[in-house]
Amino acid sequence: MCLGIPVKVVEIEKNTAKVDVGGALREIALDLCPDVSVGEYVLLHSGFAIQKLDEEEAKETLDLLRQLAEVS
Amino acid sequence: MGEDKILLAHGSGGKLSHDLIESLFVPPLTNRFLEPLDDSARITNHRGSIAFSTDSYVVQPIFFPGGDIGRLAVCGTVNDLSMIGAVPAYLSLSFILEEGFLIENLKRIVSSIHETAEQAGVSIVTGDTKVVEHGAADQLFINTAGMGWIKAGIHLSGANAKPGDKIILSGTLGDHEIAILSRREGFEFEGELKSDCAPLNGLVQEMLEVCPSIRCMRDPTRGGLATTLNEIATKSNVGMVIEEEKIPVRESVKGICELLGLDPLYLANEGKLIAICPPDDTERLMEVLRNHPLGQNGEIIGTVIDEHPRKVTLRTWIGGHRILDMLTGTQYPRIC
Amino acid sequence: MRFIDEFRDRELAKALIEKIRQTSKRPVQLMEVCGTHTVSIFRYGIRGVLPEHIKLLSGPGCPVCVTPNRDIDLAIALSRQRDVILVIFGDMVRVPGSSSNLLREKAEGRDIRIVYSPLEALKIASEHPDRKVVFFAIGFETTSPTIAVTVERAREQRISNLFFLNSQKVVPPAIRALLQSKRLNVDGFILPGHVSTIIGTKPYQFIATEFRRPAVVTGFEPLDILQGIWMLVRQVEENRADVEIQYRRVVREDGNPLAKNKLKEIYEEADGHWRGLGTIPGSGYRFREPYRAMDARTFNVDVEPSKEHPECRCGEVLQGVTTPLECRLFKVVCHPENPIGPCMVSIEGTCFTYYKYQ
Repeated sequence: MCLGIPVKVVEIEKNTAKVDVGGALREIALDLCPDVSVGEYVLLHSGFAIQKLDEEEAKETLDLLRQLAEVS
Repeated sequence: MGEDKILLAHGSGGKLSHDLIESLFVPPLTNRFLEPLDDSARITNHRGSIAFSTDSYVVQPIFFPGGDIGRLAVCGTVNDLSMIGAVPAYLSLSFILEEGFLIENLKRIVSSIHETAEQAGVSIVTGDTKVVEHGAADQLFINTAGMGWIKAGIHLSGANAKPGDKIILSGTLGDHEIAILSRREGFEFEGELKSDCAPLNGLVQEMLEVCPSIRCMRDPTRGGLATTLNEIATKSNVGMVIEEEKIPVRESVKGICELLGLDPLYLANEGKLIAICPPDDTERLMEVLRNHPLGQNGEIIGTVIDEHPRKVTLRTWIGGHRILDMLTGTQYPRIC
Repeated sequence: MRFIDEFRDRELAKALIEKIRQTSKRPVQLMEVCGTHTVSIFRYGIRGVLPEHIKLLSGPGCPVCVTPNRDIDLAIALSRQRDVILVIFGDMVRVPGSSSNLLREKAEGRDIRIVYSPLEALKIASEHPDRKVVFFAIGFETTSPTIAVTVERAREQRISNLFFLNSQKVVPPAIRALLQSKRLNVDGFILPGHVSTIIGTKPYQFIATEFRRPAVVTGFEPLDILQGIWMLVRQVEENRADVEIQYRRVVREDGNPLAKNKLKEIYEEADGHWRGLGTIPGSGYRFREPYRAMDARTFNVDVEPSKEHPECRCGEVLQGVTTPLECRLFKVVCHPENPIGPCMVSIEGTCFTYYKYQ
């Protein structure tokens, strides 16, 4: 529940980050997810990063789905 | 219609707006010129046909990325005239100014009107100015009315769509409304967001040159693509099916929509058009679009069908289906 | 857009749908308890691509829909105080209270402002030190930590004119209440991906261990939902009942510990009042002692006695016991321009989605 999308961190200053929303930029709060670096993706909800995206897991999920597609 | 007061939703271009028009304005006022309720009225007598249209502009903020209320005021009426196939020629310009409005800002707006009118090839030929007390208007309101000539043999109407026709969209959806939203308090986004506000008459004339038998053209302003397609489907008594993956949306607009829970199919555009054309003319029209600066991201987005008349359906990303209704109320940004 | 478009791939969707068909033999009813899932399922036309014997039910997953009339009435009463600025999420704008709604109040001239983030309320409070700024706090565990941080910041910045009308809800107790209801017939749960980003999977274990139902924490793109459904029917066919994570790219087993701690610092458990489900202990929040001065419920305002339309069946719809089609008011009197209950107002409301998409 709740709208949240993955966005890319392009700048960090103290506990605020600038993120890239498909080319548009916005400032968000990092209070709930302070351990991020520029270039990483976070889940944005209500003006806050609420979790870091695990790119490895994302890749594994897609690989699994592709395997399922091959077998079908 | 059970309301006893006007609500903001009556102006949003969706269902309530339509109800207001159909139940309050049309019955006492109707005549054969008003009845089609196309973007412009087509007035014909033994001498030929002219198009006549009017629009009012109340947008906030009055200056936004990609334009301002002045540019909008010219493009809005120029485009309404163009959608019925007319060559826009003359505009009237009426201001309602709030006491206290900065003259400097008024100068900027008039300059913008001048530039846009030149770009569109139209002349402002008459006007009016009123000033109201501070608080009685939000900075300024503009009304423009316009006239244009319709060449013989051109007959565009929302009632002309036929099963088999193709539906063409000239470019990306949502640019205008998102650009406006990005300037509102609390929703600040920086970057490439710009209104698409532009006069479409040049593009329209090129399209009609190549395909005089275009059935209908509309610009999807308030209420968005979905509302406009529903209007045509209802007038023509046909069904439509649209392909979600064909609909062009800029990445930044898409991202903001996903974030705020907005649907690009219902967002206002000020420099885009929909054309419904016979299937054999589709390629030639796409060629015109590709070669025109205002048609760069044009796509064939759907087909007119005879199933489910008066209803528009969408084939989704994954091959599922859903019904695309008219806009109901106003879209507000959400968190859930 | 990265991490979105890949999860909308048509070919992979086709393959997943085929896999679901191959795997699922028994008729099953699966319930999602997240309004965003309700919307996604309709938006992508997922019901239409699933085999007939898999039924998807919508539960009380829309925090707007489950806000009881009395909280809306209180928000309206607060907005009518001349020195109050009421700050709300866009979601709440048209939810009907007993006799009015916030949009109408705004039209009548009350200072009601729509924001995207609770931090905006903080900004408004600091810009208007002479006014009382009341934030209408609704949402589930995805949103509550963002509100908690706002409360914290207000305290740090010594902003004394910001208040909160706490109406947030906690999801797992509501699922428990549903499972305890004899009327419910659900074989598995599609669990909310973003709530789980905060709380992890532990709070849901009771669904499997006590009530022997499978549950899968699922994302919101079409491939996520299809994969989540596949994982559920696979469990059903294998006679398993486990809590699994489909949305692995975002959800960890222990969620977001920092966010959970923030919640604990600011709030304590309280009764939650859910439209349709009634009062559920431990499903709401109340400020801890140090923050009680910011509670807008202490304001002295006249609130009209709450009443709901006698024939509105939102309560039952929210429990997944009735569909909108069985409500006498649906489409006849109750439609998006004239919503009787919140399920028709909210874009995530079951009744609205049925109206719009069917």
